[in-house]
Amino acid sequence: MPKLIKLIDGATQFAENTFVNVADEDAIPDVGDVILSLTRFQAEGDALLSSNSRRVGVRIEPAEEVEALAYDLPRLSVVALAFPKYRDGRAYTSARLLRERFKYQGEIRAVGDVLQEQAGFMVRVGFDAFEPNDGATPEAWAKAANRFRHVYQRAVDARPIAADERAQQKEGAL
Amino acid sequence: MYQYDVIDREFLTDRSNEFRHQVARRLAGDLTEDQFKPLRLMNGLYLQLHAYMLRVAIPYGSLNARQARRLAWIARTYDKGYGHMTTRQNVQFNWIKLKDAPDILDALAEVDLHAIQTSGNCIRNTTADPYAGATAEEIDDPRVWSEVIRQWSTLHPEFSYLPRKFKIAITGALTDRAAVKVHDIGLILRRARDGSLGFEVIVGGGQGRTPYVGPTIKQHLPASSLLSYLEAVLRVYNRHGRRDNIYKARIKILVAALGAEEFGRQVEEEWAKIDQGRADLGDLELARIRGAFAQTPFETLPARSEAFEAAKAASPSLARFARNNVKPHKKPGYAIVEVSLKAIGQTPGDATADQLDVVADLAERYGLDDLRVTHAQNLVLPHIKLDDLPAVHAILEANGLATANIDLVSDIIACPGLDYCALANARAIPIAQDIAKTFADPDRAETIGELKIKISGCINACGHHHVAHIGILGVDKKGEEFYQLSLGGSGAEDATIGKILGPALPADKVAPAIDTLVDTYLAARQGEERFLDTYRRVGLEPFKEAVYAQAD
Repeated sequence: MPKLIKLIDGATQFAENTFVNVADEDAIPDVGDVILSLTRFQAEGDALLSSNSRRVGVRIEPAEEVEALAYDLPRLSVVALAFPKYRDGRAYTSARLLRERFKYQGEIRAVGDVLQEQAGFMVRVGFDAFEPNDGATPEAWAKAANRFRHVYQRAVDARPIAADERAQQKEGAL
Repeated sequence: MYQYDVIDREFLTDRSNEFRHQVARRLAGDLTEDQFKPLRLMNGLYLQLHAYMLRVAIPYGSLNARQARRLAWIARTYDKGYGHMTTRQNVQFNWIKLKDAPDILDALAEVDLHAIQTSGNCIRNTTADPYAGATAEEIDDPRVWSEVIRQWSTLHPEFSYLPRKFKIAITGALTDRAAVKVHDIGLILRRARDGSLGFEVIVGGGQGRTPYVGPTIKQHLPASSLLSYLEAVLRVYNRHGRRDNIYKARIKILVAALGAEEFGRQVEEEWAKIDQGRADLGDLELARIRGAFAQTPFETLPARSEAFEAAKAASPSLARFARNNVKPHKKPGYAIVEVSLKAIGQTPGDATADQLDVVADLAERYGLDDLRVTHAQNLVLPHIKLDDLPAVHAILEANGLATANIDLVSDIIACPGLDYCALANARAIPIAQDIAKTFADPDRAETIGELKIKISGCINACGHHHVAHIGILGVDKKGEEFYQLSLGGSGAEDATIGKILGPALPADKVAPAIDTLVDTYLAARQGEERFLDTYRRVGLEPFKEAVYAQAD
């Protein structure tokens, strides 16, 4: 099982994973936090959420659209975006839309083929939890995520882009 | 020219350190080759038949002398003494060792060069008209917008793992020297009736095994909205482009499947949801970038140079060079000079380290420190004074760089083919050399006039054979190299996909077949018609008959 790394207030740390990832063929455990597939969630999510005794997350595959969750997002604790292959880049768009368009405040977790090479991109589009399958430590993850001192384009994070830095330098020089 | 500032430079340092770290992890076995491959590709490192190939980005094909000299130094130090200009205005080194790659990237970074996103399923180096900032035809300088896109697309967090590679080309002139209609996105700068600057946006052109001339999805995108609109196009593609089949993953397949109208509608819908104030570049940064290109220190000169006219009258070789390689400049007293890398019998697009140094010296001494790489695999000195043309020509001639054949029959585009490339089915370079030798007589070449021959060693079409007046595609027939000819393509403003002439020919029959095609054209030609014009008027049949009658 990959260990869970969370990004909290800009710092990465190992975190206890309280969620059970429920496969579609498995029964939902009687108690405890669960992450379900989108299909399963659409069928059984309401009942689980109304019991109010546990937290619920949804796992979104790359071909599934986060728009399907639009009305449920305030009730979801985790949206787990799956990377069946790390070269599949659809989850970056999904994460960004969750944050920018749907203002989702809960956890966005990267699961599947997750490598530290993706850390910088993932953090920038709004992921804040990661299950790296390359054994990356929180230190390695943070280092990879912060490797670049500058960025060129706006994303979900509040980092000033190169153009902002330049404008500021110019102002400072005046 | 645009100058890197401390931000751009620190960025390259960070990138170089990242790659060094990744190579170390690969060599230590912490990354599998499968995991490492996309990482090295996004740093321009391919595994070829014999060695690694490093593709260096030349943003919008623009170099200064110091950068060109550094490329020459890399060719000498880490390669076999030459570099290869690609059809996307980049430079490739074919004989690189993996362990040297991080050092080479450091050496490139010292002169503000890099190999970021020259490969991989990401937004590639943006290409532009090599005459940018020099041609009078220009509505606006495409380098400004290419630089805007360079920055925006560099390590884009959302669009670095696209379904497939993504290529953008820009022209600011009506004459298209950047093949914008056969790119994933082609941008043509236009002025609306009210004078406002904008882009015609073409999406889903491409070559490869399913060539398309791209449809226009937006007639006039306000220039200031470029980045938000690109974001919308890329997002629709990232979400909906096919990922199940590498041959159907380019955006052209998505656009063709949905239809241009529906694709355009989806882009508009997405665009409307984007916060443009955040996504688009601010006026201040745009002005900064524009300013960098606007400061070319031209002198005020008479339109006619007596020195040049006298030298031309005295030297037939200079006169020939002037007819074919010297193009009009927007400033009186200046010219655009094309430096052909297609000397008869040479590998198209290769420049030796010494030649790169020579051209760098010329750019520095005579050319406002500006040098371009063209998609036709030649070099351009965009700002040469007419007064200096005789001296520049003499130095080029002394170094085997004055072949006066721009856009003529021997100015052949060819991919590296089976001599280098792991994907190729057939060699391209020897075919180009054969054809060039067949048409070595420069008088005959001038009589024939504009004729664009392009050769690809496989269906991936890196040699642009689909959009050639005469295209040549290498195919493998039971282990033997054969070549399929096509006619009537164009990669210019009148972009067209060529039509296949007939059954493929063995290697030794290709140059004779081209000879026959040319004779057929000359016999049918009316007035000053180009080969392409004659073909369009008379059609495929006369050419087909001539070639295959002879083959029988």
